[in-house]
Amino acid sequence: MNEAINTLTRGFIKENPVTKMLLGLCPVLAVTTTAVNGLGMGLATTFVLIGSNVVISMTSKMIPDTVRIPSFVLIIATFVTIVDMLIKAFSPELNQSLGIFIPLIVVNCMILGRAEAFASRSGVWYSLLDGIGMGIGFTLALLALASIREVLGSGTIFNMPLIGEDGTPLLVFALPPGAFAGLGAIIALMNALEKKRGVN
Amino acid sequence: MAEYLLVIVSAVFVNNVVFARFLGICPYLGVSKKIDTALGMGFAVTFVMTLATAITYVLYYGVLVPFNIQFMQTVMYILVIASLVQLVEIVLKKVSKSLYSALGIYLPLITTNCAILGVALIAIQDKYSLVMSVVFAFFSAIGFILAIVIFAGIREKLEDADIPGPFKNVPIGLISAAILSLAFMGFSGLVK
Repeated sequence: MNEAINTLTRGFIKENPVTKMLLGLCPVLAVTTTAVNGLGMGLATTFVLIGSNVVISMTSKMIPDTVRIPSFVLIIATFVTIVDMLIKAFSPELNQSLGIFIPLIVVNCMILGRAEAFASRSGVWYSLLDGIGMGIGFTLALLALASIREVLGSGTIFNMPLIGEDGTPLLVFALPPGAFAGLGAIIALMNALEKKRGVN
Repeated sequence: MAEYLLVIVSAVFVNNVVFARFLGICPYLGVSKKIDTALGMGFAVTFVMTLATAITYVLYYGVLVPFNIQFMQTVMYILVIASLVQLVEIVLKKVSKSLYSALGIYLPLITTNCAILGVALIAIQDKYSLVMSVVFAFFSAIGFILAIVIFAGIREKLEDADIPGPFKNVPIGLISAAILSLAFMGFSGLVK
């Protein structure tokens, strides 16, 4: 039971795919202009990750080692296509703002990384927990960066205004430099917190 | 001609793959510790990106559109790119030993370089012609080389800098990238 809880929760902070393992940074930087976009991207990626983790853990014994990577990529691409069609059907606005980063989930190295490092050598149950945990960790990181950028860059949070009519937001945070600097600051903060906890 | 010039300036400077479109961040942070390796990666990306965009373009309009199965785009593109990378690796190994030893180690990494897939997708999304797509892909890759080589130069200097503990390696790299992308935003008035 302890192991199950550990598999689920380690992705949240301790082995967070973004701040700790530095995987899948392209969507993290690109779509985090607003909290809604960040959350949408996080959930879409989580869906693909859970799906691919489960299917890969079920089929990995049948897949010959030499064609392992192409097969994994194909399984991931299938789930990405599903998510792409779902978003197009149910939320055209989200589809508009996430743009090519929905099909690009297929090359998110976090998903292939989990498939290769965990799902292909673990049972279905643990792979499911790992997918949920890592997905939540990824979504948390996206949401954190997106909230910072939305509050500072547009003066809103989840599209609700925070500053008055005459306030001027720091536009730079909505633009590419804000994404790089914001993520750098978050990773540095996580490093500092981890170090502090290690000392105590 | 002016049209081509606009696409070239836009692809290299204004909409730089790394700084404006956020594509290929993993290799950008991963293999940019030295200028030599950054150049090697850059040339490998140029090669595969130009080829992949041309091939996927032809397949998109030659196969997916006539059969009305555009939803297969993602699956087909990633398969084309993965097999292309393998093919390039095999051909290079046979044809040019020196080129293979220079680019060889970067090739497997390219399959998961989202810049390749991203540029191929943008070429379709922006409705470029075939020639325009190839020009766009080639110069996007040049933009990638520019970004990664400048960054490698900065990182070589950062090695000797006294950086506060939590900011070492990646965080300071990202902050430098922020300043670089701020500089690149200066080009944004060049193309509408």
